[in-house]
Amino acid sequence: MFAYYLDLALRSLRRSPVLTSLMVLAIGLGIGASMTMLTVLHVMTRDPLPELSAQLYYPHLDPLPANYPSHNEWGDPSDNFTWPDAMALLKAHRADQQAAMAGGRVLAWPVQAGRMPFRVGGRYATAGFFELFGLRFEQGRGWTAADDEARARLVVLSHALAMKLFGRTDVVGRTVRLGDARFQVTGVTADWAPQPQFYADGSGRGNYGESDRFFLPLATALDLDLSVSGNQASWKEGGRTSGNYTWLQVWVRLKDAAQARAYRQFLVDYSASQQKLGRFERPPGNAALYPMMGWLAHQKLVPNDLRLQLWLALGFLVVCLVNIVALLLAKFLRRSGEVSVRRALGARRRDIFVQFGVEAALVGSLGGLLGVAIAQAGLWSVRQRPDSYAHVARMDLSMLALTVLLAIAGSLLAGMLPAWRASRVAPALQLKAQ
Amino acid sequence: MQIQPVLAALRRHRLATLLIVLEIALACAVLCNACFLIANRVQQVGMPSGVDEASLAGLKLTGYDPAQATDLNARVLDGLRTIPGMQSVSVINAVPFGQHAGTAGIKLSREAQKIVGVVDFYVGGPGSFEALGLRVVSGRGPQTSDMSAVADFLPRSAPVLVTRALATHLWPGADPLGHVIWCADRPYRVMGVLDHLARPSGGEGGPETREWSVFVPALPGEHLAGVYLLRAAPGQLDRVLRDARERIARIAPEVVVDIEQSQTLPQLRDRYFRDDRAMAGMLVGVIVALLLVTALGIVGLTSFWVAQRRKQIGVRRALGATRSDILHYFQTENFLIVSFGIVLGMVLAFGINLLLMTRYELPRLPVLYLPAGALVLWGLGQLAVLAPALRAAAVPPVVATRSV
Repeated sequence: MFAYYLDLALRSLRRSPVLTSLMVLAIGLGIGASMTMLTVLHVMTRDPLPELSAQLYYPHLDPLPANYPSHNEWGDPSDNFTWPDAMALLKAHRADQQAAMAGGRVLAWPVQAGRMPFRVGGRYATAGFFELFGLRFEQGRGWTAADDEARARLVVLSHALAMKLFGRTDVVGRTVRLGDARFQVTGVTADWAPQPQFYADGSGRGNYGESDRFFLPLATALDLDLSVSGNQASWKEGGRTSGNYTWLQVWVRLKDAAQARAYRQFLVDYSASQQKLGRFERPPGNAALYPMMGWLAHQKLVPNDLRLQLWLALGFLVVCLVNIVALLLAKFLRRSGEVSVRRALGARRRDIFVQFGVEAALVGSLGGLLGVAIAQAGLWSVRQRPDSYAHVARMDLSMLALTVLLAIAGSLLAGMLPAWRASRVAPALQLKAQ
Repeated sequence: MQIQPVLAALRRHRLATLLIVLEIALACAVLCNACFLIANRVQQVGMPSGVDEASLAGLKLTGYDPAQATDLNARVLDGLRTIPGMQSVSVINAVPFGQHAGTAGIKLSREAQKIVGVVDFYVGGPGSFEALGLRVVSGRGPQTSDMSAVADFLPRSAPVLVTRALATHLWPGADPLGHVIWCADRPYRVMGVLDHLARPSGGEGGPETREWSVFVPALPGEHLAGVYLLRAAPGQLDRVLRDARERIARIAPEVVVDIEQSQTLPQLRDRYFRDDRAMAGMLVGVIVALLLVTALGIVGLTSFWVAQRRKQIGVRRALGATRSDILHYFQTENFLIVSFGIVLGMVLAFGINLLLMTRYELPRLPVLYLPAGALVLWGLGQLAVLAPALRAAAVPPVVATRSV
């Protein structure tokens, strides 16, 4: 029966090619616009590090004075750590893996003379960084906690930077000039680019951008006064190592929920002890432990513009669907005569309903295919945009399937009312008129 | 044209009428709000910077030893001044639409706990104020005696100029001259008020904060070096900047030109507003597609109606109705339906705007957008109905006598 209805539907669509293409176009436009925005949102909110995300947590302390505004134009200053707090958390060693870090850009000098130096972004981190996030080394290794203490001039290069500086990756032991200092290369990592760059300071909204090209010890960066990017806030005199200056990020890896609970309690206890010392002024209960995905939600990485565009696109889809309802209604009711003949020959109302339903679904499938094409074009245009997240906007298989499904479901839903209306046509009245 | 019979006929096509009404209402709501968003963006992109953009460029140098900063300043000022077409070279910490350099919270007294605003300090060396072409609306501009050395990013104390927007925020209704703003525990007394001066990176804190800028005169030195303001004759700006970049390689071979920040102000402005322009472009696309789809829906349904009423039209024609009577009938019908849609759409538009206001901090939709949207939709409706209505008017009276 289905094949018969499909045949009928195909004939009917071929009979009015203009109306059919209008319907397919309307569905295609609506679906294409919504899927473009949904895909962008999907890639922006996906898990950047699926293999480890369940175990990664971001501790949060609140060292701000009681009257300090907790939100400025760039975010919450207490989202970052002060040097003493970060070091205390690392020293307490309550987590399996842990590291403190900050981002920065430096001038990198090519080894060949005469070539221009260039700015490159990287991360200053404590020794645990590589194990914490599971980075793979192509050559060599990271540095140790002892190197951290000694403020050693060591650096780990990414594959890309090693290639750019040396033209090869077996460069362990060689020196490279970054800023005004020389560093010895201890290792080269495979390129590592989680998107969004979840571990970085979220205030720059640039967390979908370029990945880290080098890693060097945090204490060394501090020693050399290398520039630090991101949200930095201070509320009293004293430099970066003072307890009145937030600029660091801390990540920990915890095995299970029980360990996470214990760690959170540790944070509250730490805050309470700092409050007793007179350092913290806000309640210890402000201490928190965010799971990675929760932290990303808290950072609000998805710009408002994008959400607005999604709502617009969905509104547009609704308009298109209402349009489909109108066009299908016109199409089906025009065939009242045909319906009457079929009904008079013994077709039940349900049969008519199913027949028109199949036709609506066919329109939906065609519209879905067009929608996929339009969405691909839309994503291409998004990738041409200057926003930092733009280049990650690509459709994956699940979104592709969702596009077609959404189109069919949408047009089935839209076809329901006209099909029902057509199935209610009184056969006798129509036949008499003929 | 009588409305009564049209309404009576519509009552017999409740479902189809309702669909068009719904379509128009949705289109009206989305249209008004999208146009409003576009207007907001366009306004932002056209925001005045308060400086002579067409003749200004920034030049940023990095990679030099801070101990050499004073020497570098002297070499750059001397070396670039002689480029043909260059009107002036001066030291400054930031240029509009470039990288921000002196962003800090300010207070209104030394003891105050509360920060009254996060503002941008432009710290400019001799000649920079004149080069920017700022307009002083009250008080006076900086003189040589006002300039002192910079401590970290600001002088320890200095007379400053504030923008009118910032003055209104800090001292509403009062004369700002003579008042003092505090940054950390350093006082800066207001000596003049500027008409406009945009912050380097615009207003991250919302549109009203976009001009919270302070101009501080200072002497170049260790903490004020590396960023230069070039002023050229307007037509020659691009060439002058190119020459300047080349000459830097000769007069200061050890430094690196930060190409991203060394651009003309028109280029910097262009890059700064790229996102807003992209968003506005996308909104225009949505609106065009939306109107197109709505028009298609109207054409489709009206065509169906005409086909259905062929015989009825033939009877009316046979009874003496003229072609224009038939045409007007469909036009009136469309006008009525679209009007219902617009009424519903206005309610919906305000609802959506209310939602956007609370969730995305957008301003209230100005009432003017609604009649404008209504006119567009009425026009669209009439345009869409024209072809089917003309076809209806072309139905010959003889149809009435034929059996189908």
